[in-house]
Amino acid sequence: MTGTANLRELLTRNMRTSGIYIAFVAIVALFAFLTGGTLLSPGNVTNIVLQYSYILILAIGMVMVIIAGHIDLSVGSVVAVTGAISAVLVIKNGMPWWVGILAALGAGVLIGAWQGFWVAFVGIPAFITTLAGMLLFRGLTLLVLNNISLSPFPAEYQKIAGGFQNGLFGGPGYDVFTLVVFAVAVAGYAFAAYRTRRARIAYEQPVEAMPLFILKLVAVAAVVMWFAWQLANARGLPNVLIILAVLVMAYTLVTTRTVFGRHVYAIGGNLAAAMLSGVKVRWVNFGVMLNMGILASVAGVVYSSRSNGAQPAAGNMFELDAIAACFIGGAAVTGGVGRVTGAIVGGLIMAIMSNGMQLMGVDQSVQAVVKGLVLLLAVAFDVYNKRRAGAR
Amino acid sequence: MTKHILEMRKITKAFPGVKALSDVELSVIDGEIHGICGENGAGKSTLMKVLSGVYPYGTYEGDIVYDGEIQKFHSIPDSESKGIVIIHQELALIPYLSVAENIFLGNERRGKNGMIDWNQTNHEAMKLLKQVGLDENPITPVMQLGVGKQQLVEIAKALSKDVRLLILDEPTAALNDDDSEHLLSLLRTLKSRGITSIMISHKLNEIAEVCDRTTIIRDGHTIETLDIADEPGIQDRIIRGMVGRDLTSRYPSREHVVGEEVLRVEDWTVYHPTQPGRIVVDKASFNVRKGEVVGIAGVMGAGRTELAMSLFGRAYGRDITGSIYMHGEEIQVRDVSEAIRHGLAYATEDRKRYGLNLIDDVRRNISAAALFKLSKRGWVDQNKEIKVAEEYRGSMNIKTPTVMQTVGNLSGGNQQKVVLSKWIYSDAEVLILDEPTRGIDVGAKYEIYTIINRLVAAGKAVIIISSELPELLGTCDRIYTLAFGVVTGEVPVKDATQEKLMTLMTQEKTKDREVRA
Repeated sequence: MTGTANLRELLTRNMRTSGIYIAFVAIVALFAFLTGGTLLSPGNVTNIVLQYSYILILAIGMVMVIIAGHIDLSVGSVVAVTGAISAVLVIKNGMPWWVGILAALGAGVLIGAWQGFWVAFVGIPAFITTLAGMLLFRGLTLLVLNNISLSPFPAEYQKIAGGFQNGLFGGPGYDVFTLVVFAVAVAGYAFAAYRTRRARIAYEQPVEAMPLFILKLVAVAAVVMWFAWQLANARGLPNVLIILAVLVMAYTLVTTRTVFGRHVYAIGGNLAAAMLSGVKVRWVNFGVMLNMGILASVAGVVYSSRSNGAQPAAGNMFELDAIAACFIGGAAVTGGVGRVTGAIVGGLIMAIMSNGMQLMGVDQSVQAVVKGLVLLLAVAFDVYNKRRAGAR
Repeated sequence: MTKHILEMRKITKAFPGVKALSDVELSVIDGEIHGICGENGAGKSTLMKVLSGVYPYGTYEGDIVYDGEIQKFHSIPDSESKGIVIIHQELALIPYLSVAENIFLGNERRGKNGMIDWNQTNHEAMKLLKQVGLDENPITPVMQLGVGKQQLVEIAKALSKDVRLLILDEPTAALNDDDSEHLLSLLRTLKSRGITSIMISHKLNEIAEVCDRTTIIRDGHTIETLDIADEPGIQDRIIRGMVGRDLTSRYPSREHVVGEEVLRVEDWTVYHPTQPGRIVVDKASFNVRKGEVVGIAGVMGAGRTELAMSLFGRAYGRDITGSIYMHGEEIQVRDVSEAIRHGLAYATEDRKRYGLNLIDDVRRNISAAALFKLSKRGWVDQNKEIKVAEEYRGSMNIKTPTVMQTVGNLSGGNQQKVVLSKWIYSDAEVLILDEPTRGIDVGAKYEIYTIINRLVAAGKAVIIISSELPELLGTCDRIYTLAFGVVTGEVPVKDATQEKLMTLMTQEKTKDREVRA
């Protein structure tokens, strides 16, 4: 085996990616302590998942937009308008719940294509296009809703974000099904990690030492199973967590393993070089914006389901939370750098902070101040790291 | 006794993990032009950054003695206040500001009320421009000037700061021969006015032509300081010092086995993308055969890069007309990916801006143009990708600890090898190499030439665009000359001389004017 990396090397080699996990653990520990353990109680862990899932879904799309060197300020308005379209069809016109979902997703495709057209083919900077979209889709939300809130959704629709999978295997006071699903997931993760490791060894690439590798797996398994245990002791496996997990896995693969994902990084890293390497820059930009529209509509469905209706002001400021999640998660302002998992952890840091401060009864105003400072510090840390690395 | 304006004594500068300079000595006599030679990465630029205060006092060891006193520069303004001005290789002018605004940037001429006195500013700028021999209106925006004139504006800016020691880092790297000549004679004029200059250059003929003495740096050590006048065959002497070995030949020899025609271009005409009606390439026709190296010679602005980029999937220009034939059949090349599919490759002259994703690693830069070879239904086989990158690391002798290394951290020569690997892996049949050895040290140049020889030996066709005529004469089978967008000649290398090529490269200028007038 060649070049085995040890723990210290693993941590220091890339502070940009490992720093975020350390920060996450520190923030969880801090708020668990400050709330006297309430933060990590089964009910609250479930609550965090339900309450912030739509921000995380937005962050997945947003990180790709940011990697490509753009930004999307319209996602909050898109969440509102897609939720409103769904609500009008289902609540006002009595259509079945799935028609609402399909219509919302369809609207997301159209919105994504609309913004993609202006960004990719006309060449309007995404900042301007989506700033216009922010106003445009907010206005359309008000038009569609006639300026009044709609509620409630039928029970099936509410289950998208509020429902749970549980009781399938029964269980003595906790849900066995949830535990089984998570156990299978952990086993799958371990298997995939092992296969990757074998392949890397076969190609004579450096890997971490065996004990370290096992330690990492055990740590991941422990955290995940503890999380499952908390869920199982509350209400079981939330539907929205399944949606989120599928999206995270799918988009991690898309960004790291596909040609499209590679081209997104190439465009953000050096636009001219990507163009001269045969990357169809316009179509990739179009795809990135289209994808953001679709994910924003997924978030729109989840949010309308969770809030059990549509409001004219829905999704306000969501874009800022999603963008903050990406930058806290290590994405670079200049493009070319960022990871889906990073954005998710960044989003979770925001979620834990909000939730923790709510539990402590901290005033809204103070919460905003703290979140703003954390975003600033996270990017300052990133800038510092880059400067240190580029000190030559 | 000669008076030294500057002595740098035992300068040592270490970065985490690497010692860039160790005990470097440099002494510059008052009023001379002093050359500094060394391979890329030898430490020349680091030394100049120590001198100009970019690396402040305390971050290096050793003493800077200037004007007989030990200096402790903490920043660039510190050194500038003593009359030391550095002009970097990448020009530091702001394109949207006028010549005068650029000259007095950070040093504005203020009137009584603290506001900028524009009349005085422009008047002084005009005087400075006259001194550097630049006949331009000081209110012209800098972006409207060519690179050569921008360089002169930089020097005017230095003069405005009452410069006594002028440091030029690769001043002629981006200039054509005329502009270079003008710049060098300007240095002599400045010298006659008592301004001392330090010039870093890879162009040894320029060092030999203009410098009084030169110091050679290798691997962070001073090798020696030579008196140019005392040494016959100075250029070979310098090369020996720089690389620590004799280069028996600067160009590796190869067998010339030329096969059938691969690429033919006919009547290729390209218009400027933003200036309507301006023809950049005018009815250019040429061909390349299998196993052949064809040169395209032309001065800057002759349309060489524009010709290459417009062929490469219309990456430049508009209203492009003409035909491209591969193996005798006409092909349509509407975008870059089509060009790549047809077996064309284009390695740009500016690899940092257009050739590489500097923040990504070696592996992904090598695979960037040929991901289709590594993927099935859109999924990239990453293990195979690593294997491919490792193969090229070995075969191209890319000096990097691992293929996961960020490309931006490699030296110029190794970056260029990554660019070449990328195009070789794309299975190109015709490789257009635009200034393939620009900014690369002598040793790495030789390696690049060797790679080119290997390519043609394997049956590829190579087109080299270069402004260095000896390079074209040393590597090509045939050379086309390009002047003002027109192909003015085709010369087999055995009949070619620098004088002959230069005549062809400048001939159309007069003819062109007559025709159009």
